[in-house]
Amino acid sequence: MPDADPIARHRNRWFAVILLVGFSIVFFLPFAWMVSTSLKPLNETMSLPPRWLPSEPQWQNYPDAMRAMGPFWLYARNSLMLALLNVVGTVASSALVAYGFSRIEWRGRDSVFLLLLATMMIPFPVVMVPVYTLFRELGWIGTFKPLWVPAFLAGAFNVFLLRQFFLSIPKDLTEAARMDGCGEFRIFWQIILPLAKPALLTVALFQFMATWNDFLGPLIFLVRQEQFTLALGLQNFQSVQGGTAWHWLMAASTLVVLPVVFLFFLTQRTFIRGISTTGFK
Amino acid sequence: MAEIVIDNLRKVYPGAKGQPDKVAVEGASFTIHDKEFLVLVGPSGCGKTTTLRMIAGLEDITSGSIRLDGRLINDVAPKDRDLAMVFQNYALYPHMTVYRNMAYALELRRVPKDDIRRRVENAAKLLGLLEPDNLLERKPKALSGGQRQRVALGRAIVREPKAFLFDEPLSNLDAKMRVETRAELSRLHHALQATMVYVTHDQVEAMTLADRIVVMNGGRIQQIAPPLEVYHRPANLFVAGFIGSPRMNTITGTVTGEGDRVIFTEKGTDHPIRLAMRGDLARLLEKHLGQEVILGLRPEHLADARDLTDPDPGATFEARVDVVEPVGAETWVYLRSSAHQLIARVPHAEPRTDIGHTLHFTADLSRARFFHPGTGESL
Ligand SMILES: Nc1ncnc2c1ncn2[C@@H]1O[C@H](COP(=O)(O)OP(=O)(O)OP(=O)(O)O)[C@@H](O)[C@H]1O
Ligand SMILES: [Mg+2]
Repeated sequence: MPDADPIARHRNRWFAVILLVGFSIVFFLPFAWMVSTSLKPLNETMSLPPRWLPSEPQWQNYPDAMRAMGPFWLYARNSLMLALLNVVGTVASSALVAYGFSRIEWRGRDSVFLLLLATMMIPFPVVMVPVYTLFRELGWIGTFKPLWVPAFLAGAFNVFLLRQFFLSIPKDLTEAARMDGCGEFRIFWQIILPLAKPALLTVALFQFMATWNDFLGPLIFLVRQEQFTLALGLQNFQSVQGGTAWHWLMAASTLVVLPVVFLFFLTQRTFIRGISTTGFK
Repeated sequence: MAEIVIDNLRKVYPGAKGQPDKVAVEGASFTIHDKEFLVLVGPSGCGKTTTLRMIAGLEDITSGSIRLDGRLINDVAPKDRDLAMVFQNYALYPHMTVYRNMAYALELRRVPKDDIRRRVENAAKLLGLLEPDNLLERKPKALSGGQRQRVALGRAIVREPKAFLFDEPLSNLDAKMRVETRAELSRLHHALQATMVYVTHDQVEAMTLADRIVVMNGGRIQQIAPPLEVYHRPANLFVAGFIGSPRMNTITGTVTGEGDRVIFTEKGTDHPIRLAMRGDLARLLEKHLGQEVILGLRPEHLADARDLTDPDPGATFEARVDVVEPVGAETWVYLRSSAHQLIARVPHAEPRTDIGHTLHFTADLSRARFFHPGTGESL
């Protein structure tokens, strides 16, 4: 509701700014701490009282960390491959399912949709064991398959997000396409998908981050070290070295987080449009 | 080129939980002739859009049939009906340029590229999308409402469809654009010699555009006739009241015979309007002697007696002037008889009747219509 009183509006605005700045600091602090630690010599990482800035930035930490972590570039390649496969799979399958839930009428649709939403409430640890058993039966343990095939089977949250967005696309448009001669799939492909770009990008970005940062999945399903991902590789600093080389761990972590940060800044404009799904008139 | 035959069409929307089913269209039968401009008109919610959408194939048919050039199309997908539709909100594809919006249907039909270009450019020229500004490479977002409207028309025209379907295509335009586009549509219909079905709730659009009008109310067809016939010979009270502005005057009264004369006497007052019928009307009303009827008379058929050289005394009555509205070329005079409120349209630019005065008014009874008070049907 627009606030008519200019003074109240001004006050609200300042309140919002302060709140947002406050939250930004809270979320930014750990990140800043990670970057700062990555540039400290080892003896400063755990010093008391804590030092905010390294006495002298140790740029050497970065190449050292990469060497200490093992085959860094191999891990990176694995991470990237899995992330891309997951992005493609999730976007394609979730969009298709969301289309079915938003644009096609069928008996029982809304009940099935509720059921799908309910699956969001099941935490992963609950299904971890049966899922592991399933993949073992399929002979997939120790391969990449458990880490990307499920992405092609659509996830509840993404379906939900895309469905909401599709619902905001005027029905007239799809009906016009139908009159123009489109069948169902062509409407999906040539009308809905191009119009849903912001939402698709959002899903893609979420999925990229989720796969890129996933630690548990690779830990459970991967066996051989040359298949490891970056997120999994980070644990090398804790176990292999005995005691933790915090400066290297943080340097490697910074490197791992960097692509995600970069991607986010690259896409933030479209991304924000994707979350606030309004905007069609 | 196409003829569409609709027979006993019915549409029932299943009610939401706990709600009764909604009958949107009931027993609709009519034929849209080849090259005809047919207008479906009626108040909001009367089932016009539903009927049009069933013709388009966007809505399932509950029962009845639709034939296109003799072929039953009840279950034919919209894309195989070869009908083009222009939507109220234009429904242009936001991610495509004007050119692609218009070319899209042809691309889907694998029309050769050169043909597409030629047809799109012809349509664009016809609709003024090239001059003064070439709009073909713009996105719909960068167009005014009127321009979008023309692109939507263009998208339909390039297809050279069997028939055009319009759902209130002018309702989002401002008054001036609406009048211009209405004329343009008329011109287009003559130029294209195409079959057109047009839905509107605006009776002026219906009157000016239609070869024939289908008047609907409450899901049922009230009358199918050319515009002037609908206007001058409405089939029932609903049509009489819906078509024409200001609306037709209605006076409830009784018919009596006095000697060889047939008299209509206004009901519910001690000083009734009394009108003496002649000729055909007298013969018509003779069958209803002693019964109650409703007289319908258009405002332009009520004249200030002072304007007439020889007012018919049998058709003249007294009424008090309530309100006077000069609307430009003419003046609307609101009258009170003792039991009814009436409107007269008099051809003076300047009001010359004073409010509160009682004057003589003369009805042109040759134009009067009579309706059955129970059924509302024309006698
Ligand atoms: N999808 C639907 N589900 C249920 N009822 C509907 C649906 N579409 C229309 N109706 C109902 O059917 C009736 C006819 O609707 P329709 O849209 O055909 O009216 P209309 O004559 O086009 O009116 P308007 O001039 O307001 O556009 C209305 O009472 C409407 O509420
Ligand atoms: Mg309508």
